[in-house]
Amino acid sequence: MQKKHLSGDLAIWFFIYAELVVFGIFFLSYAISRRFNLDLFTSSQAALDPSFGAFNTVLLITGSYFVVQAVQSIAKNQRQKTSFFLLATLAMGMGFVVVKSIEFWGKYQEGFRLSSNTFFMFYWSMTFFHYMHVLLGMVIIVAIWLKNRRGGYSADNYTGIETGAAYWHMVDLVWVILFPLLYVL
Amino acid sequence: MPYSSQSIAKLYFIAAIGLFVGQILFGLIMGLQYVIGDFMFPAIPFNVARMVHTNLLIVWLLFGFMGASYYLVPEEAEREIYSPLLAKVLFWVFLVAGALTIVGYLLVPYAGLAQMTGNSILPTMGREFLEQPLVTKIGIVIVALGFLFNIGMTVLKGRKTVVTMVLLTGLTGLAVMFLFSFYNPENLVLDKYFWWWVVHLWVEGVWELILGAILAFVLIKVTGVDREIIEKWLYIIIAMTLITGILGTGHHYYWIGTPTYWQWLGSIFSALEPIPFFMMTLFAFNMVNRRRREHPNKVATLWALGTAVMAFLGAGVWGFMHTLAPVNYYTHGTQLTAAHGHMAFYGAYVMIVLTIISYSMPMMRGRVANSNKAQVVEMWSFWLMTVSMTFITLFLTAAGILQTYMQRMADVPQSFMVVQDKIAIFYWMREVAGLVFLIGLIVYLVSFFVDKDGDAVAEPSA
Repeated sequence: MQKKHLSGDLAIWFFIYAELVVFGIFFLSYAISRRFNLDLFTSSQAALDPSFGAFNTVLLITGSYFVVQAVQSIAKNQRQKTSFFLLATLAMGMGFVVVKSIEFWGKYQEGFRLSSNTFFMFYWSMTFFHYMHVLLGMVIIVAIWLKNRRGGYSADNYTGIETGAAYWHMVDLVWVILFPLLYVL
Repeated sequence: MPYSSQSIAKLYFIAAIGLFVGQILFGLIMGLQYVIGDFMFPAIPFNVARMVHTNLLIVWLLFGFMGASYYLVPEEAEREIYSPLLAKVLFWVFLVAGALTIVGYLLVPYAGLAQMTGNSILPTMGREFLEQPLVTKIGIVIVALGFLFNIGMTVLKGRKTVVTMVLLTGLTGLAVMFLFSFYNPENLVLDKYFWWWVVHLWVEGVWELILGAILAFVLIKVTGVDREIIEKWLYIIIAMTLITGILGTGHHYYWIGTPTYWQWLGSIFSALEPIPFFMMTLFAFNMVNRRRREHPNKVATLWALGTAVMAFLGAGVWGFMHTLAPVNYYTHGTQLTAAHGHMAFYGAYVMIVLTIISYSMPMMRGRVANSNKAQVVEMWSFWLMTVSMTFITLFLTAAGILQTYMQRMADVPQSFMVVQDKIAIFYWMREVAGLVFLIGLIVYLVSFFVDKDGDAVAEPSA
């Protein structure tokens, strides 16, 4: 029987759980608050453009696909391919950051602030907090990419790449919940 | 002890313990003033006793952090302190400045002290915990800069480890955040807003990095667990500390005139502040369970585990109790805050300093660990202080709950002083617990002189 293998470092899983708790509490607070201010939330939500969010969802999910490819490539000892897929992941992250920044700028121009109302308090704090996580995820991907270029990973040793991939998936997963919650539902 | 300059820490630790005794004595005076209002009046009024109690705490913890740094950095960086002379000079500067400030508090009326020390040039005095005269504040900055330079150079010229990097980040943050004590805007909201950048971002931010680094160092030494494992934990703990702690500042911004979104941000992020403390508890017990050696200094391990548990209870659980805005609406500024403050400071910062003292003092006195008898005495002091602090916390919690109810929630709310009279019984019990704490502290002092030449474990010859 094959021995069970934990993808990535145990430590990153503790971190991921802790991060999910932070976002989870945000989601819960949002849900409760929405229940008590349904009209306000619905009308404020109408000011958001879901196409930005939808496009970003595609970018992040594609990024997750690429990072999986990176892990699979290194498992076959294909270092160059791994580097390529890590860069592709990074490009998706960068795309997300650009689209999100444009959206942020637009909303700011329209006069929506953290203090506008409870919905926008959630909008700004949750999306910005997530945005920071995308940036952190990108830093991690860059670190892995650099190490891979130096020949730091091989088919026998790629826990580092799995660790980074696990974190990237977490950032993705959070967005997949965040997007419908804020833009659609 | 591989590097002779590590012994500078001894000076700092002795001063720290001396000031600790002073802090507790003033705590007892003030505790009695809660029930006998004019006790020692006019010699030591309540406000002065309180100022001395809290300022001594901060100063002796800073001595402890500096001592810890001088002890652990050479060992981690694998070289002597950059300038042992500077470390000694700064020690005396800090001690004399600290002592003069306390004497000033006790002998000169506060307003007079402000006038004497040029507060009108740049008004910074009169704010809780930042009461120090301008000259003392400038002195603190000079000492901090000199200290950072000395430690920074030692780290940069030697081996760099995660422990020293985290420690250095924490110490730099400590110095940088203190600069906000010089910023004192006219607007009271802004004043309070930035005041918390010193107070909160110290104890719920950068100090936690210092705590984590010292704890990691001691655990590496006493458990023999691989450095990589301990460092990984340290990374996660400090990441969670900063993620939750920085925006957690918002839990002080509920009712001071800041925008209402702080009620959400403060509640959410500060509710998560117990996570890094919980991780610290898991971390400490995990490492001790996986230990690869039986270090003869058992009592240091006890302090390390105690730190993790009490920090989680005091900072984590007792903090969470009143951190959510709807709860804090009723409990703000009641004895619940005092309960939390006592156990959090004791559990997180007092205990970590006592942990590193417990680990390093025997080394600096030429042995790996104290004799069994001395360790047992020290363990007694651990339990006496820790249990009595738990009772201080519980009595203040009871007082706080009653106070919140009678003063703010009852159908017919009663005035502050009437309520204070009604909860006096808890103040008396707190004072008794405080006396037990003092006994614990005396036992702690005694432990340094017990069985000095007994069956101490000698340092292995190199």
